[in-house]
Amino acid sequence: MISNLINRKIITLLKVQYSNMLEYRVEIALWAISGIIPFFMLNIWTNNNLNESINISDVMLSRYFLCAFFVRQFSVVWVVFSFEEDSLMGKVSPYLIQPLNPFFRYFAQHIAEQITRFPFALIIAFFFFIFNPESIWIPNLGILLLSIVSTFFSFLIQFLIQSIIACLCFWTEKASSIERLLFIPTLFLSGLLAPVVSFPAYVKSWIYLTPFPYLIDFPANLLSGNETNISGGLSMQILWIFLLLPLFKKIWSEGTKKYTAMGS
Amino acid sequence: MNLRKYLKVYNKFLHTSLASELEYKTNILVDLITAILSLIGSIFLLSIFFQNNGYIGGWKFEQALIIQGIYTILNGITNTWFNPNLTEIVKHIREGTLDFVLLKPIDSQFFISLKKINPSGFLEIMLGLFLLFFCIRINQINLNISFLTLSLVTISCSICILYSLWFFISTTTIWFVKTWNAIEVLRSFLYIGRFPLNSFSFSLRIFFSVFIPIAFITTIPSEVFLGLSQMWKILLEVIVATVFLITSRKFWLFALKYYSSASS
Repeated sequence: MISNLINRKIITLLKVQYSNMLEYRVEIALWAISGIIPFFMLNIWTNNNLNESINISDVMLSRYFLCAFFVRQFSVVWVVFSFEEDSLMGKVSPYLIQPLNPFFRYFAQHIAEQITRFPFALIIAFFFFIFNPESIWIPNLGILLLSIVSTFFSFLIQFLIQSIIACLCFWTEKASSIERLLFIPTLFLSGLLAPVVSFPAYVKSWIYLTPFPYLIDFPANLLSGNETNISGGLSMQILWIFLLLPLFKKIWSEGTKKYTAMGS
Repeated sequence: MNLRKYLKVYNKFLHTSLASELEYKTNILVDLITAILSLIGSIFLLSIFFQNNGYIGGWKFEQALIIQGIYTILNGITNTWFNPNLTEIVKHIREGTLDFVLLKPIDSQFFISLKKINPSGFLEIMLGLFLLFFCIRINQINLNISFLTLSLVTISCSICILYSLWFFISTTTIWFVKTWNAIEVLRSFLYIGRFPLNSFSFSLRIFFSVFIPIAFITTIPSEVFLGLSQMWKILLEVIVATVFLITSRKFWLFALKYYSSASS
């Protein structure tokens, strides 16, 4: 009964958000294009033969960066910005009265956006294969499913981290600058610009304990067929989710107690 | 154009926007830390590229640092002036407040481009300058008048090109209302400016110098620093900058003809 209700709520939320997102198809296409940085990076890597140092062939590296692009496309999170806007505009108050945590709304928004973005990402991948026909490959079904799961976990980790930051809006009003701060290690350490294998040893010694390599490097390695520790990576992702979830719940309940509607 | 009047007005803009930004002191502090970490991250990424080859695209690490320095300065300028102002255009058009701007007895482009300022970008400019001075020392560049004037000329041209690109996209808001994502695309392309143009493949080099002249923005000034730059390249940059500035001005005036305020 209860699960049925939750299911219905989630389906409805998804439907609403999906039709909402379809209105902005051009924007989402642009957003997909803005994620092509990994391809520029690939160009630097292959054009300067930098991959020789890390024993990855050109083809594997191009698959890696293509997968990094895909993982990034489906794990981008912008809760902080939505929540900050809603909280400054006073839209959070009506959400709080509803018998549903408003973060479900944002969650549905993100999922709907990913569904809308999927065809654009495919088109970009299609063009990528036209320019790099030798890198075409078909991952086997098991790997594909596992990498979808791990991409979703990556999205979940980022969603939780950003939701925690978003809750800081209850205290500071401008939480997006903290998000920008956190984005820096995400950008440089997640494997979006360079695979984590290529990092110097003094970074590799501790980086696998942080959540960053599991955001892009791990799912991308998994999907592209590069060498990676599958069970270790998945369990680290689950561990981070279980660490962040209670933290989010705690900060959310503290925050709502602290909340005073804008203008009051 | 009455220059003194505009200087006086700009002085007022500076005071008001600084005063309002300084209200969020912790915000500025967080932005400062972000700028420092971002520079560290970029240098870290660059050091990965140089791990075994001494060169990328014919540039040594110490030389590539110059590009990083110039990029940081330009990014600081973007964050201080372009970003806060030109994203405001979207707001003006959505809310119809562009009417008020147009009614003011002052040039609308001047008003829209310089109204606000974000002081946290200053640190980035300082960091970039600091890095540049460091590069001048480690590359043993001797400072003389011709070098200084040439580097000033090329960097100011870069600023003009950068401004025009931003302004151009922001102006299209008059037709498309939401251009936030188009700006994201521009940002991700500008990211390329951190690396020497020669490190990319031939086709990308053409793309980044003909279609979107990002190459001009950082590579040519850096070549001037190293004394490698040919005169025709500098001249070309001056011409490109002038063309961009004039076109952006013309485009603004043209776009205004299509502006109908939000309520009419």
